[in-house]
Amino acid sequence: MTDDPKPAGSAPDGPAKPDAASDTPATPEPAAKPAQPPAAAAPAAKPAAKKPAPKPKAPPEPPKGPEDPAPPDDLEPPAFIAALQQAHPDAVEQLSYWVGDWTVIVKLEALIDVATYLRDADDASFDYCSDLTASDWPPREKRFDVIYCLYSTRRRHRVRIKVRAGEEDQVASVSGLWTAANWFEREVWDMFGVKFAGHPDLRRILMPEGWQGFPQRKDYPLEGPGELLLESPMEWLRLRNLPDEAEIE
Amino acid sequence: MATQSAPIFDTDELVINMGPQHPSTHGVLRLVLKLDGERVVDCDTVMGYVHRGIEKLSENRDWTQIILLTDRMDYVAAATNNLGYCETVEKLLEVEVPRRARYIRTILAELQRIGSHCLWLGTHAMDIGAMTVLLYAFRERELVLDLFEEYCGARLTYNSMRIGGLPLDIPSGWDQKVRAFCDVMETKLPEYEELLTNNRIWLERTRGVGVISGPDATALGLCGPPLRGSGVYRDVRKDEPYAAYDEFDFEVPLGTQGDTYDRYLIRLEEFRQSIRIIRQALDGLPEGPIMGKVPRLLKPKAGETYHAIESPKGELGYFIVSDGRATNPYRLRVRPPSFCNLQGLKPLIVGHLVADVVCLIGTIDIVLGEVDR
Repeated sequence: MTDDPKPAGSAPDGPAKPDAASDTPATPEPAAKPAQPPAAAAPAAKPAAKKPAPKPKAPPEPPKGPEDPAPPDDLEPPAFIAALQQAHPDAVEQLSYWVGDWTVIVKLEALIDVATYLRDADDASFDYCSDLTASDWPPREKRFDVIYCLYSTRRRHRVRIKVRAGEEDQVASVSGLWTAANWFEREVWDMFGVKFAGHPDLRRILMPEGWQGFPQRKDYPLEGPGELLLESPMEWLRLRNLPDEAEIE
Repeated sequence: MATQSAPIFDTDELVINMGPQHPSTHGVLRLVLKLDGERVVDCDTVMGYVHRGIEKLSENRDWTQIILLTDRMDYVAAATNNLGYCETVEKLLEVEVPRRARYIRTILAELQRIGSHCLWLGTHAMDIGAMTVLLYAFRERELVLDLFEEYCGARLTYNSMRIGGLPLDIPSGWDQKVRAFCDVMETKLPEYEELLTNNRIWLERTRGVGVISGPDATALGLCGPPLRGSGVYRDVRKDEPYAAYDEFDFEVPLGTQGDTYDRYLIRLEEFRQSIRIIRQALDGLPEGPIMGKVPRLLKPKAGETYHAIESPKGELGYFIVSDGRATNPYRLRVRPPSFCNLQGLKPLIVGHLVADVVCLIGTIDIVLGEVDR
C-alpha cells in the first residue's frame, strides 16, 4: 500500500465496490452519512427524510433456513434410503444431496424409529454415531436443526439425518442407541438449549453449571453477556427486563 | 472387644477430586472420583476450563481467518487441524487441490502424527513412572518441530495450509532433511521398544488395564488408536481417503485385547507406517503448482457438509454450513476426537485402581484444547 499509492487509490473504484455504487447513486450521500447519526440519534423524529441514507449499512436479513438442495433428478439415492422410505413411509420429509453427502430430513416424532431402523437394518447398519450437532435459524418457527452424522464401520458409508425442532420441542434422545450421543446431546443442550427427552444426564458440559443463556444461538452476542451476568445474575436479569433503557442509571 | 466381622476402619465410599491442576491430567481436566477403598466406583468428568468458543468465533471470521483458530484446538497437532478444515471448505467450494500440494500435505500430516505420538509416548510413560522415555521421545519430537520450523517458521501453531493448497512450497533441501529424519526415527523406535515393550513394570501396569470390546468402543464413538486397539478396522485414511492417502501403501495396525498395552503397540506401529508413507510421498513427489484455482472472495454456495480426516487422536470432523451469502460460515462444528475418546474414560476407569486412572488418561491421548475448543 505504502510503496504505490496510485493503484491503491484507484482500486476501490474498480472491482471493490460495485454493489455499494449501485445502491447509492449519488456520491455526496455517503459523505454526509457519518455526520448524520450522532445528530439524529438524540431528537429521533426530525430528519425523517434523511432516513434512507443508512439503508445500505443495515445487515442483510438472517437466512430463513438451510437450503437443503434436492438431489439431481438423474441421481438415485442409495438403496438403504429407498428401503427406509418403504419401511417408514411417513417418516421422511425430504431428501437432500450436496457435494456428495446425503441428508435425510425426518419428522421429529419419527426420529427414534428412523434411527433404530438405520442402526439395525442390514444394508444400512450405521453402528457409529460420528457426530451430533445443531444449527440455529432464528426466523424459522422451528428454529433448530439437529443433525446426526452416522457412519457404518461395516458398510463404510455415511448418511446424515436431520430433524427440525422448535424452542419448546423435546427431541428424543438417541443415547440409548449410540452411547456416543450422550455427550454430544449434552453439548447441544449446553450450546443451543435444545431439550432431549429421555437423556440420562442432561447437564451443561462446556459452560459452567449456572450459566445463563445458550452461547451458540444466533441471538447470543459474540462478546458474551458481559461481566454483570457473571457477577450477579439477578441484577443482570432485572436490568434486562426493564421496559425502557432510560431506567438504567 | 469388637467381634471379628466388625470393620476396623470406616469403609464408606470416598469422593475425591482430581484436577483441574494435576500433573497427570494433561491439561485442565477435572475428574471427580468415587472410591471404594482403592477401587474407582464412579467417575464424573468435568471440562470446559479452556473453552474459548472457537465454533462461535468462527461464525464471525472469514473463511481464511478460521485456519489459525483451528491451530489452537489440538495444539500438539496443528497441521492436521488445518488440513481437516481446509479440506472441508474445499469440498464445499468444489475446488481441486494440485497433486503436489496434496503430497506435501500428506507429508506434513504424517510428520505431525509422529510428533504427536512422541509427545503421547513420553507423557504416557512418565505417568506410569518411566522417566527416561519422556526424554527420548522429546528428543525426536524436537526434530519434527525443527522440520516444521524450517517449513513454515512456527513450532507449535503452524497455520500451514490454505484453502486450495499451501502457502509455501518446501524449502530446498528440506526433503533430504525429512528423509534423514525418517532414518533417525527408524533407529530410535527400537530404543523405545527396548525400554517398554518387554519391561515387566510396563506390562504389569498396562496389560489388561482399561479393556473395552470392539462393539462397545464403536457405540461409544471412540476413534483412532483406542478404537483400533479393540480390533475395529476404522481409519479415515483408508475408508474415506483424503489428501493423497489413496496413492500410498500402508497398513492399519489392529489390536486384539483392547487394553492399554494394545493401544501402546498400535501407536508404535503407526510411527513405522507414518515413516513408510512419508518415504513414498517423498519418492513420488510430483512437480507442479501448490495452489489450486480459488476465487479471491470465498463464498461457497449455500449448503452443508461433513468431512473427516484421521488426526493423530482419531477422527477429526468438520461440519460446515454455508448460507451462500456471507464471507463466513453460518455454522462451523468441530467433531473433536479427544472429546469423543474422553467420553470413553468413565467405562474404562470404573473398577480399576486409582493408580490406573493416570495410566488410562494417558492411553486415550487427550488434548484439552481440543476437548473444550
